[in-house]
Amino acid sequence: MRLAVERRLEQPRWLAVAVPLASIVFAFAVAAVVLVVTGHDPISSYRQLFDAAFVSNGSIDQTLISATPLAFTGLAAAAAFRMRIFNIGAEGQLYMGAITGAAAGLYFGGRGGPSAFAIAAMVVAGCAGGALWASIPGVLRAFFGTSEILTSLMLNYVAGFVLTYLIFQSESYWRQTKGFNATVFPTGKPLPASAVWPTWTVHAQGGIAVPLGAGFAVLAGIVLWVLYRRTRFGFEVQVLGDSDGAARYAGVRTRRKILAVMAISGAVAGLGGASQVGDFAHALDGDPNGLQKLGYGYSGIVVAALGRYNPFAVLLVAFLIGGLDNAGNTLQGADFPSGLVGVIQGIILFSALGGELLTRHRVRVLRTPAPVEAVS
Amino acid sequence: MNNSLLVVLIASGIAYGTPLLFGALGELLTERSGVLNLGVEGMMLVGAVMGFWTVERVHAGAVATLVLAVLVAAFSGAVMAAIHAFLAITLRASQIVSGLALTLFAGAAGLSSYLGNDLNLSDLPANHAFHAVFPASMQRWSIVGPIVFGQNPLVYASWVLVVAITYYLARTRPGLNLRAVGESPAAADAMGVSVVKYRYLHTLAGGALAGVAGATFTLAITPQWVDGITEGAGWIAIALVIFAFWRPGLCLIGAYFFGALQALAPELQARSINLGPTELWSNALPYVATVVVLVFVSWRGGRRRLGAPAALGIPYAREEPA
Repeated sequence: MRLAVERRLEQPRWLAVAVPLASIVFAFAVAAVVLVVTGHDPISSYRQLFDAAFVSNGSIDQTLISATPLAFTGLAAAAAFRMRIFNIGAEGQLYMGAITGAAAGLYFGGRGGPSAFAIAAMVVAGCAGGALWASIPGVLRAFFGTSEILTSLMLNYVAGFVLTYLIFQSESYWRQTKGFNATVFPTGKPLPASAVWPTWTVHAQGGIAVPLGAGFAVLAGIVLWVLYRRTRFGFEVQVLGDSDGAARYAGVRTRRKILAVMAISGAVAGLGGASQVGDFAHALDGDPNGLQKLGYGYSGIVVAALGRYNPFAVLLVAFLIGGLDNAGNTLQGADFPSGLVGVIQGIILFSALGGELLTRHRVRVLRTPAPVEAVS
Repeated sequence: MNNSLLVVLIASGIAYGTPLLFGALGELLTERSGVLNLGVEGMMLVGAVMGFWTVERVHAGAVATLVLAVLVAAFSGAVMAAIHAFLAITLRASQIVSGLALTLFAGAAGLSSYLGNDLNLSDLPANHAFHAVFPASMQRWSIVGPIVFGQNPLVYASWVLVVAITYYLARTRPGLNLRAVGESPAAADAMGVSVVKYRYLHTLAGGALAGVAGATFTLAITPQWVDGITEGAGWIAIALVIFAFWRPGLCLIGAYFFGALQALAPELQARSINLGPTELWSNALPYVATVVVLVFVSWRGGRRRLGAPAALGIPYAREEPA
């Protein structure tokens, strides 16, 4: 008897849902084994985890704060990975969006115009900042054939250094220079009240504050879905992703598509950066141990892969992973195994990747044919 | 003389560059087989924590403990790499996502932090650490003293490794087979070279060296355990492989250059030399330089001449188009 792995001609739809779900269950099971082996009680750890993520009062508030940036970076990765453009620079594009978004907020917020105008300016500036930063690897890929994987990765670090430089190593427009605190520890200049993004309260669990950015993320998801599923542009992008040669033969303009996809991906990540400033930090966070330690851009790739690059699935996964992240932060230092959240997320992704094999291939059991007896 | 900026920069560039060199040599072996592993940062951190755990918990002579610690670090790095190897080679999953998942799983907010916390390693002074081995009088020699004789044994080990890997790739049958697997797996397969075996072995070797790279931090540079102690060195190591056109000798030069840049900003500050926003450009320079090199490498078919393995990142399955 022998196992044969063969390519499936058609991928059954139910597997697209079953594989991610099974991955999550499997990850928690494996992590439970790790916990037992290292002398922790998995049931109490998991109870703590879910309490902090989704159940206890105010937990959904916190989860939304972690999930919103993940939704943006997840959508950014999904938009690019669908076309096999591996933009792993959402991290840097998010920083750049935060920088340009904060600049717009500081500039227009102080002018006394309506709040909506300042917020709109931040959205536009954030998208533009992220899109421009993403265009660097985009141009290099389109015109020189340079791997966007590595250039976008390198630019993440450059963006991080620029961010730190603006707040810590210079007296830039973004830095708070007045007041006693500014002399003790460098911080970003706070946004004027009219540039702070509002929240929307849902009356459940003692009032959940839904940030405006979460709304923008859902909107971005819908726009991406329509763009990729219902337009000629989206169709051409998918053809290009599946077969470079076929697309070129059909007259698809490859370079333009690469540039456009990178810019769209960067714009979504940049909007996430603007949302970080407008929704949560209300100032540019240049601390190397602040925004830059959170790694939203990298986790976004995980979110996108788990959501199988479907915008709506990405939003849902962002909420779940955001919950885990939030629990990891809240329970830090408490009587909770540190690093557990990263371990669980890693295993979820490993098993989702392994499960991909099952959606693309099927495993068949082959019986060894009985040896043919020679007839004499 | 020995306090001149250049000598200090070279000497500390070598010290800071050594983990980058180990990591880059490992990634070079992995990439030469056609596998891209973006999990270097995670493998380094697990190597770092397990190496440190060994020196804290094993009670033997200093030399024996340190050697054991390096072996444990290498082994744990290889175990981490095995996950990536299984997903990328056997299951033919996306190497990019799998490598990133490995960094997430093992990295600063994952397994390495879990182990460091569970084994109670934070804020402990190291029981043993690698120090300079040559007598103090030799270390005072002009120029060569600090640069050559002031280093710890891991540095000398990395030099031996550079020579060994260069020889292996250019002059041995397995080395040639390895390059064939990375350039044209179908041809190698037809020749009777097992693509799967070569890719597994070199991905594991890459993980082992990443583990040693991590141990260089916790056993030599800053002998202690802190969450996320490598601070992105794993990513620089990946960049370095490209920067060095996939050649071990150039990895060494690149690693020391990147290491020296890390030492530059504090050195200039200590000497009150002002060169504009030093932190910004000295930090960003290695990354910008790598991007520039990448563009050159990929420009006009330079990719083939300069040494990028042609099958890098592409899973191989017999009789299936890539």
